[in-house]
Amino acid sequence: MKQWLHPGFWITFVIVLALGLAPIVTQNASIREVMFTILLAISMAVSLNIILGYTGYVSFGHVVFFGLGGYLGMYLIDSWKASLPLAVLGGGAIAALLALALGASILRLRGAYFALATIGINEAARTFVANFEPFGGPTGIELHFSVYRDYGGPAQALWIAYYAVVGITLFAIVFSYLIKTSKFGLGLMSIREDEDAAEVMGIVTPRAKTLAFVFSAVLPGMLGVLFFFKNGNVEPGDAFRLHFSIETLVMIMLGGQGTLLGPVLGALGYQRLRGLLLTSDVKIGTLPLKDFQLVISGILLLIIVLFIPAGLVGWLRRRFAPLRRVLA
Amino acid sequence: MSPGTIASSIADGLLIGIVYGIAAMGLSLIWGVMSVINLTHGALISLGMFGVYLLFTTFGLNPYLALIVVAFFGLLLGVLIYLIAIARVIDAPHLSSLLATFSVNMIIIGLGTAIFTTTPRDTGFSLGSVQIGPVTLQGTRLVAMVVTLIVAGALYAFLYRTRTGKYIRAVANNRAAAELMGIPSTAILALSFGIGTMLAAIAGGLISTFFSFTILSGGIYELKSFIIVVLGGLGNPLGALVGGLILGVLEGVLPLTMPNTWVPVIEFLLFVFILLVRPSGLLGGK
Repeated sequence: MKQWLHPGFWITFVIVLALGLAPIVTQNASIREVMFTILLAISMAVSLNIILGYTGYVSFGHVVFFGLGGYLGMYLIDSWKASLPLAVLGGGAIAALLALALGASILRLRGAYFALATIGINEAARTFVANFEPFGGPTGIELHFSVYRDYGGPAQALWIAYYAVVGITLFAIVFSYLIKTSKFGLGLMSIREDEDAAEVMGIVTPRAKTLAFVFSAVLPGMLGVLFFFKNGNVEPGDAFRLHFSIETLVMIMLGGQGTLLGPVLGALGYQRLRGLLLTSDVKIGTLPLKDFQLVISGILLLIIVLFIPAGLVGWLRRRFAPLRRVLA
Repeated sequence: MSPGTIASSIADGLLIGIVYGIAAMGLSLIWGVMSVINLTHGALISLGMFGVYLLFTTFGLNPYLALIVVAFFGLLLGVLIYLIAIARVIDAPHLSSLLATFSVNMIIIGLGTAIFTTTPRDTGFSLGSVQIGPVTLQGTRLVAMVVTLIVAGALYAFLYRTRTGKYIRAVANNRAAAELMGIPSTAILALSFGIGTMLAAIAGGLISTFFSFTILSGGIYELKSFIIVVLGGLGNPLGALVGGLILGVLEGVLPLTMPNTWVPVIEFLLFVFILLVRPSGLLGGK
């Protein structure tokens, strides 16, 4: 229980709580939209960090769980008239099942081979769903407007989806910290440092890795349902966008992989920067600055990868020893 | 289904497959020499496309002469990318080199989208076509095949018949040992990355002579290149050429038996399957 006294956990928790409460206190719908995107990014990054940061496996397939969960949830709501909570649970369950099946097979691959396989799985899932008629094939699933009536109309439904995302993000922080400070988490980190040595020390690595993969997959599955429920429709291209997985990797890298606070700060910083660049009025020559959003993000990422590979939190912890007692 | 349809599907598949192959060769060479998955690959293919397109449409330079210019600048750009973005993370965990190459990809795609927008381009270049029995072959695709074979032959001769080629193979085999033998490994790695980039640019340039494209088109060929390098054996550049032919024929023949949209599903499942059962590739490793 001692780990719950660590300020690092509370700092992270309070940051997320404050972000989550901002729109609720102000009852401002446009702040809510911004926060929805940020919290979604935070919980995606925090959950990916379990397999990437703690276990050391680079996965480009995180969005597969998001997309598949989202699709199943939308299908349940649209065709089976399921309620939103049930659909969210369904999305989480299917993502966990997929992770379990994948974990048993592709987690045998190490390093770059695993990363490549996850790219393949993402593309296979996207192209498969585009052909899968129950999920609407290439056009996807569009929710009928009347669905939102059960939730007090579309405006109210957006708030409900938002509350759920706040809840999931807070849960993600607690869950991630629980893993990090547990014996199981220690096993994952030893796999990251040296998988063969970990095995010799008695860690059943296939089981630990699969479990970590499942844990990292559940939340994206649930988030996918909320995201597409709020959107009103889901298409293969949106649901399985490889770029989204990579952006999540970038967020973790910015903040510091393997730390609790890192993915939160990374996601927050990345989304804020992106928002600022996209809405900026500055011009470079005749072209508006927002056209260079990708270029600027790319240059920043390169600088961080080259010079501060431990990310912001990792760098702070290394540089200033007293901070190690404060940042987790 | 007539034998003529099958023959022309296979011929089409072979002709496009060999161009896929040369794109994948670059990826495979880079992987083989420095264990880096180059996520810039697609963007570099796109640059090759734009290079040939711009030289042809603005200066009226013959696309195949333009290809030589593009190849040269591809080599330079590759060396530059290596020295700026990759040299520092070459010994870091995979995530670093993946993200380093991805950030270069973002920069190129970002600049490309800002400058060229994403309107499809077409060189509008034609060399007529050749009729052999029921099979019609486009001239540009035939020339692309010939160019590919020349480039592949030259790469083979370079890797196996020159001293520098031997250095590259030595560094691929064991960098530490190669350094102890006095091989300047940084220069060799930069050169290898340059050659990989050059191959991507050549592939892009060839594709631009028969398909329309945007700055984002390279991404599709990058994914195909991943499938091909796994088919041909990661790190085995000449295996990639065979892998390309296999993929090309699959793409030619599969649509005869199933709806077109299922083809990529089969391709990617095959890709994951091969990674699982034979990570060294169908044709074995290096």
